[in-house]
Amino acid sequence: MDLSSINPVVLIASLMVASTPILLAALGEMVVEKSGVLNLGVEGMMIVGAICGFAIAVETGSPTMGFVAAALGSALLSMIFAVLTQLFLSNQVATGLALTLFGLGLSSLLGQGYVGIKPPSTPKMDLGPLSDLPVLGRILFSHDLVVYFSLALVLAVWAFLKFTRAGLILRAVGESHDAAHALGYKVVAIRFAAIGFGGACAGLGGAYLSLVRVPQWTEGMTAGAGWIALAIVVFASWRAGRILLGAYLFGGVTVLQLNLQAAGAAIPVEYLSMSPYLITILVLVIMSSSRGRASLAAPASLGRSFHASS
Amino acid sequence: MIRLERRREPSRLWSYVTPVLAVIATMIAGGLMFAALGKDPFEVIRTIFWDPVLGEFAFYYRGQLLIKAGPLILIAIGLSLGFRAGIWNIGAEGQYIIGAICGAAVGLAFYPMDARWLIFPLMILAGAVGGFLWAMIPAILKTRFNTNEILVSLLLVYVAEQLLASMALGALRNPEGSGFPGSRNLRRYESSANTELFEGTGMHWGVVAAFIAVIFAYILLNRHMLGYQIRLTGQAPRAARFAGVRPNLLVVFCLGASGALAGLAGMFEVAGPAGQVSIDFNVGYGFTAIIVAFLGRLHPVGILLAGLLMALTYIGGEAAQSTLGLPAAAIQAFQGMLLFFLLAVDMLTNYRFRFGKREVA
Amino acid sequence: MTRGPDARIGGDLLTIEGLTKAYPGVVANDDVSFTIRQGEVHALLGENGAGKSTLVKMIYGLVRPDAGRMTLRGTGYAPATPHEARGSGVAMVFQHFSLFEALDVAENVALGMENPPAMGQLAARIREVSEAYGLPLDPLRLVGDLSAGERQRVEIVRCLLQDPKLLIMDEPTSVLTPQEVGILFETLRKLASEGTAILYISHKLEEIRTLCDTATILRLGKKVATCDPRETSARQMAELMVGQTLQTPTRDAGTPGAVVLALKDLSVRSSNPFGTTLKKVTVEVRAGEVLGIGGVAGNGQDELLAALSGEARAPSGAVSLNGTAIGHLGPNARRSLGVLTAPEERLGHAAAPDMSLTENALLTGAIRENLVSSGFLKWRATEDFAKRIITAFDVRTPGPGHAARSLSGGNLQKFVIGREILQRPTVLVVNQPTWGVDAAAAAAIRQAILDLAEGGAAVIVISQDLDELMEVSDRFAALNEGRLSEPRPAKGLTVDEIGLMMGGAHDMEVAHVAE
Repeated sequence: MDLSSINPVVLIASLMVASTPILLAALGEMVVEKSGVLNLGVEGMMIVGAICGFAIAVETGSPTMGFVAAALGSALLSMIFAVLTQLFLSNQVATGLALTLFGLGLSSLLGQGYVGIKPPSTPKMDLGPLSDLPVLGRILFSHDLVVYFSLALVLAVWAFLKFTRAGLILRAVGESHDAAHALGYKVVAIRFAAIGFGGACAGLGGAYLSLVRVPQWTEGMTAGAGWIALAIVVFASWRAGRILLGAYLFGGVTVLQLNLQAAGAAIPVEYLSMSPYLITILVLVIMSSSRGRASLAAPASLGRSFHASS
Repeated sequence: MIRLERRREPSRLWSYVTPVLAVIATMIAGGLMFAALGKDPFEVIRTIFWDPVLGEFAFYYRGQLLIKAGPLILIAIGLSLGFRAGIWNIGAEGQYIIGAICGAAVGLAFYPMDARWLIFPLMILAGAVGGFLWAMIPAILKTRFNTNEILVSLLLVYVAEQLLASMALGALRNPEGSGFPGSRNLRRYESSANTELFEGTGMHWGVVAAFIAVIFAYILLNRHMLGYQIRLTGQAPRAARFAGVRPNLLVVFCLGASGALAGLAGMFEVAGPAGQVSIDFNVGYGFTAIIVAFLGRLHPVGILLAGLLMALTYIGGEAAQSTLGLPAAAIQAFQGMLLFFLLAVDMLTNYRFRFGKREVA
Repeated sequence: MTRGPDARIGGDLLTIEGLTKAYPGVVANDDVSFTIRQGEVHALLGENGAGKSTLVKMIYGLVRPDAGRMTLRGTGYAPATPHEARGSGVAMVFQHFSLFEALDVAENVALGMENPPAMGQLAARIREVSEAYGLPLDPLRLVGDLSAGERQRVEIVRCLLQDPKLLIMDEPTSVLTPQEVGILFETLRKLASEGTAILYISHKLEEIRTLCDTATILRLGKKVATCDPRETSARQMAELMVGQTLQTPTRDAGTPGAVVLALKDLSVRSSNPFGTTLKKVTVEVRAGEVLGIGGVAGNGQDELLAALSGEARAPSGAVSLNGTAIGHLGPNARRSLGVLTAPEERLGHAAAPDMSLTENALLTGAIRENLVSSGFLKWRATEDFAKRIITAFDVRTPGPGHAARSLSGGNLQKFVIGREILQRPTVLVVNQPTWGVDAAAAAAIRQAILDLAEGGAAVIVISQDLDELMEVSDRFAALNEGRLSEPRPAKGLTVDEIGLMMGGAHDMEVAHVAE
């Protein structure tokens, strides 16, 4: 194999692109889980976002409209989950799975006419002289807006949870919905908002896959990205900064194995392709075996149904 | 203003009524979806639910019914044990694939020896063991490191799919297949074929296994201590520990049993209806079985009925695809919708609606 | 220091007229009227289920009344949410459910305020106010790491920072040692002298007689009397509250037999990250004896029960039964040897809420009642066992096929205790046997425990109700931060001595060495 064909600068730059879908989805899911809700439907919301974004971008010719539509579409889908789990008090695990199964079906239904089409390209930001910097310019200052948006969102979520009163209330609801209710906070409404935000983020992540990363529409194209996003939330112990780290680590592994495939590594393609999943499992094991810490970081009400009179 | 009120105890009546309600609601919502796709909803519903059983070509479809229902029931029975205990194996698709690979590998290893009495039982064993071992990965990680079994079992599906590709293109590829991916056809090899037991019924050994699994699961859950412990753990984990249940043992049992059953289903499929190990012989039974398990209310008999109903949507869906041009994905969305409605109406067993004044607390 | 009540108490603050609230099947409050005056400490007295909490939830905006009205300082008052209530100067200290363990003190305080200042400023205010009222607090500590008494301080300080006109306190002393109760009363008197009205909910008569100016007594949702607790005897108030004369348990103090259960240096880590670790618990219990274990909630009670039931394993020698080491054994092995337990939490721990009583009888009865043969369940025998429990312990239910959660607290508790007692235990350990249970059922349960001991079993009663412990115990010990004090004969113990045992078990150990 020819390792010299792998250019580290291109590698890092493409790492950021490869990580962005998962970063967005994981960040949204973290906010959802911080409010005490476990939504296993990330994969379904991502793929619906992917097709909504793709279809609207193709129809309008505007990638921006595509991203907006993806966020709205997935947020709408997440509202099904919100209604079922928050109003109808259904089991969150089962409902999340249903969301994923439904999302996969719905997306291939919506995407029938869009197989094999090229979407309008998402423009890179022109950061003037910054983009022309050697090495750094290529790595940091030559991406599209969504990459920077995702980084800003990490910062925003971090600050929101740490410094704002709304963030404090969100965390309180996730810690103990009974206590929050006793103090007069609208547990269900707050969780609705969090679930919607999570849906929008997953949708953006999905649209980034179909509009930038691949860029085209194929059925089942998320290929487990939503599940990996869920794993990254655990890896990150529900902290925004570490979501970034986890997503970029995962992006790094993906890009590296793709590059090794391209460079004709001696390892069979299938084994390289399964490496990101295996590494995700490995990371999960390491995180969960350091006991105590992880269990402290998890919101105490995570996955529990809330009914005010019970 | 309508509000929810918790029942003093779960309603038996509603637990039987809710799946029926969910099916009806899904037909209505699905009909709207089909109408939105420009099809006549009544015709589509009739094609899916009526024609395969009672229509003109029902003799052809009826056989298909058991072929599709067999693996769904077999997998869903295994899953339901874990779901009852709060142990979420959602990677049955992966265990199904590995069971198929292992079963097929054993069969192919003996090719072209003529000894069905030895080879076919060995294949069954290999399929079950393969699925079991694949499920042991999340089980052991859960018991040793407390790693989330939902994520691990699911991520292993993608690993299994890659393994399948590697097997279909490599180790198990038909040496006489002029380079095409995929193994020898197991159905055409006397010793390994999972043949139809009665002509035209679709009844093969996998369907027999599914019926046996239903009976065993029923006895386990209703008459045996282990089944009681499974139910107790799911309903009140702390009470289960108080009753002396060892949670780790249950994790291993539930994941192991569901893995073995999924592996069996995979083996029977690859030696029968599918015929060969190919890149995409798996059609998502492992995921649809999750819907079957819930639709059957995690009850063995319920799962039997749900499996048949879900098989009907597959067959009817295919019929609607060929005669009415309904997209295949519409059926997938339809099945997902069914699970949504089921979860939505499920609440009626534990809560009831009250019409009265608004209540804050 | 405090002025006399007459000088302190001002005009009407909150007038309640005809408040009524019905839930399906039960009228929680039926036409309740009374008035709270400025600077008054007003007791709301009643048994569990008398409607006290529903009433205060209406005042605090958590529940809307079906009928009736409230007037606060002369204007109509009908809060739709706790936010509105707080905005009108009504604050509440909860008994349960209003703190967040994984958040720090300042964050917890901020969550209970309408317009909290910036975190830095708030921390300073918390320090200032908590010092001023003798309730020191570190605003940066996690609430999960605080003791029960300190957690209550967080709640109180949260209310004080908002300058309330009316402070509602729901059973505040159930989590405090007698010494801490003294401090709390000082704080409340100081507040009252500054003009704050206090609505004090309790069923502890002596407390009310020491602290309160007025008492309103509820029974079955109705107001039965308003009186001056200082001029009414405890007995009179108790009879108003209960509405019947109660039978107190009787027992003949026998001579205890041989040591049955021995704990030696039992140390167990809690399975809960915010739980209490048991530290070198050493005690012996003899046949025919009731050992009462007191202590403020959260000082290792649950952990002690788990270590005895076998849910938490210990080094084998740390627990022994009749001289045989059993610390390493699990719950069922211990049950077959005769060590039976009844945990505090009925729904979800002692019983599975959605399972039938028959299925719940199997939960602990499988082995000793021989309800399983080679793994298969004997449902008929199990149902018979459940029926025997129902009959013997007067459990009010239509039949053993009904779900555990459909029973009232008292009936389910009778079922849970009865399930263990009918299995003829050698050792019985119960945690909070009468918590949230009506008076009649509580008396029956206590009597059953005493009868069991009289029959020769060794019994441990863990409870936070000191009156109950004094009533049933031969010897008394207290848990404090996971340590168990040296047990002492219950007869003749004074409140001060008990308080010392509850507040500082390690000090007691030192004292014993010195003797």
